[in-house]
Amino acid sequence: MIMFFSSPSDVKNNGHRRFFPYCHIILIPRGVSGHESGGITTFFARRFHHVTDHSCAIIMGSGDSTLSKIPNVEELMEETGFSPAHVVRLYERFQALDKSKKGQLSRKDFESIKELATNPIRDRIIGAFFAQGQEMVDFHTFVRILAHFRPVDKNRPKKANMQEPVNSRTSKLRFAFQLYDQDNDGKISRNELLQVLRTMLEMQVTDEQLESIADRTIQEADLDGDNAISFDEFRKSLEKVNIDHKMSIRFLR
Amino acid sequence: MDWFPLDNLLCMLLGISFTVWFTLLLVFIIVPAIFGVSFGIRRLYMKTLLKIFEWATLRMERGAREKNHQLYKPYSNGIIAKEPTSLEEEIQEVRRSASPRELDANGTPEFDISDILCFCRRGVESIVDDEVTKRFSAEELETWNLLTRSSAHFQHLSLRLTLLWGLGVLVRYGVLLPLRVTLAFTGVGLLVVLTTIVGFLPNRRLKNILSDKVHLMCYRICVRALTAIITYHDRANKPRNGGICVANHTSPIDVIILASDGCYAMVGQVHGGLMGIIQKAMVKACPHIWFERSEVKDRHLVAKRLSDHVKDRGKLPILIFPEGTCINNTSVMMFKKGSFEIGATVYPVAIKYDPRFGDAFWNSSKYGMVTYLLRMMSSWAIVCSVWYLPPMQRQEGEDAVHFANRVKAAIAQQGGLVDLLWDGGLKREKVKDVFKEEQQKLYSRTLVGTHKDRSRS
Repeated sequence: MIMFFSSPSDVKNNGHRRFFPYCHIILIPRGVSGHESGGITTFFARRFHHVTDHSCAIIMGSGDSTLSKIPNVEELMEETGFSPAHVVRLYERFQALDKSKKGQLSRKDFESIKELATNPIRDRIIGAFFAQGQEMVDFHTFVRILAHFRPVDKNRPKKANMQEPVNSRTSKLRFAFQLYDQDNDGKISRNELLQVLRTMLEMQVTDEQLESIADRTIQEADLDGDNAISFDEFRKSLEKVNIDHKMSIRFLR
Repeated sequence: MDWFPLDNLLCMLLGISFTVWFTLLLVFIIVPAIFGVSFGIRRLYMKTLLKIFEWATLRMERGAREKNHQLYKPYSNGIIAKEPTSLEEEIQEVRRSASPRELDANGTPEFDISDILCFCRRGVESIVDDEVTKRFSAEELETWNLLTRSSAHFQHLSLRLTLLWGLGVLVRYGVLLPLRVTLAFTGVGLLVVLTTIVGFLPNRRLKNILSDKVHLMCYRICVRALTAIITYHDRANKPRNGGICVANHTSPIDVIILASDGCYAMVGQVHGGLMGIIQKAMVKACPHIWFERSEVKDRHLVAKRLSDHVKDRGKLPILIFPEGTCINNTSVMMFKKGSFEIGATVYPVAIKYDPRFGDAFWNSSKYGMVTYLLRMMSSWAIVCSVWYLPPMQRQEGEDAVHFANRVKAAIAQQGGLVDLLWDGGLKREKVKDVFKEEQQKLYSRTLVGTHKDRSRS
């Protein structure tokens, strides 16, 4: 049902019921989805917008209209494991970040988050959202990347040929590994390690100290002697760390 | 021929109803405003509204349960639970679990490959929910207050609720809005006229007394024009002459709320148009501080004028909002240090609005002033609490920034607001690199620190 209040002037009798001289009530059956009723409101709003600045409309849908605005939302929830409430929340956050209403986020939108600006590895984290060569992130990609940080599902049954879930321990480790390994060759070379150290410590330590830290780290983690850290070696050096705790974001309710 | 008697009757009826309405207005609103008394009508109104809102929310929940849908509840404290531990503690915790390490002999800072995990998680947490961005948009409500503007998250409206809402719209726009607009015009008009008249008086003492009374009366009428229901706490701490009153800023209405309880000297830029007329009239009756646009940039001039005003004990206390911009009343942001450098006694005031009756926050990027005022006048009411905190002074050896932060913490604590170090100017500007360097310094100190601790033991 849509109620539409407008001021006197252009009152046309276009086949809708008139309860008050200055008010139109248009009744639409409840089966109409939120998307369609939104379209109908826009239709009427456009025809009456010049009439008043303070007209207001209220839509009664038959369920969550925000969820229906997101395309392929069922697939997204299946893939990432987020609940409908979480997806709605993330969608609003996405829209809040997307200030110019493009429907996609650019690097600039991420860079405008104030708290993120103080993080030394900000650029790498933002880079994780953008696939090779991409300049914009749509909502699906946004949610898929954030799904890495969902707490691990403890009670999931193990199937033989099922794909690795996005938020498993291995996936989280792989995400962290990729923050180091920017050229995606599967190994963290000495150079890459140096680069990370430089962004994290910048002016606070000398170059020699940086190099000695890098050398020592590789020495400790490298098991097969190729002077680089592969994903397995990375995983081994972190085997005692509670990755689920450290790389998970807890959603309230 | 038939129309005449009917016409006459109609005219008479209109005349009578107009007179009655006007008399009621005068008796119940303007006369109490002049004398500063209250009949308690507004509080009764507030209680009734609260009961209606609760009923409305219960019905929505019932509707949602019937349909087996999850009722979407907005979260006022953020959507994720953030770790309360600091960065340092976290890094040490991860390291301890990763590997018990040997002592490093040559004094270089330690680093562990797992350190990146903490930064990574914090970064992603900021992407999902950060403290600053959400302070510049209106606060979300837990119950629905029958205003479409806050209904973005509330669905499952039954027919009864919609009818109630419709009734609410009629009452707000048909009855309350015209009443409030009339009162507003009366209040502002009286302010301009009466202050100009008072300005002609030569006698200093009489002039001051009359000017105080005139200001108070007109502000009280304006308060009633907004249906503002204000509770003042600790009035013994009200600001005195020669002091500076600082308060947190949520909207231009803050001025009216504070000024209807005490007399202040306002500080601001000279505007044109209607505001300019009001400003010129006000300054005739008592000395307010209005700056020309060019003078605002000159910090020394500003500081000098403020301190001159403060030194004169005959002049009223200055009212200043140090945040510099409107924040959405869930937090207090960085105070600009200008007003804390002058050396006068500071009287902090905390203002907390109750968002259930009408959101007073002015989102200046979304609404202009006139739209904002119309929204204010068409909401149910503006309900707020004002706490007058005990006066504070700058201590020996304390610099202005530290003093400002101390005052800010006191205001935040009293008002139940989150105390943030961020600058309100971030609404429009980018974050300075200084903050990034701070984090890097913190991290490197962690590395060196852990090493030093170990070498000592």
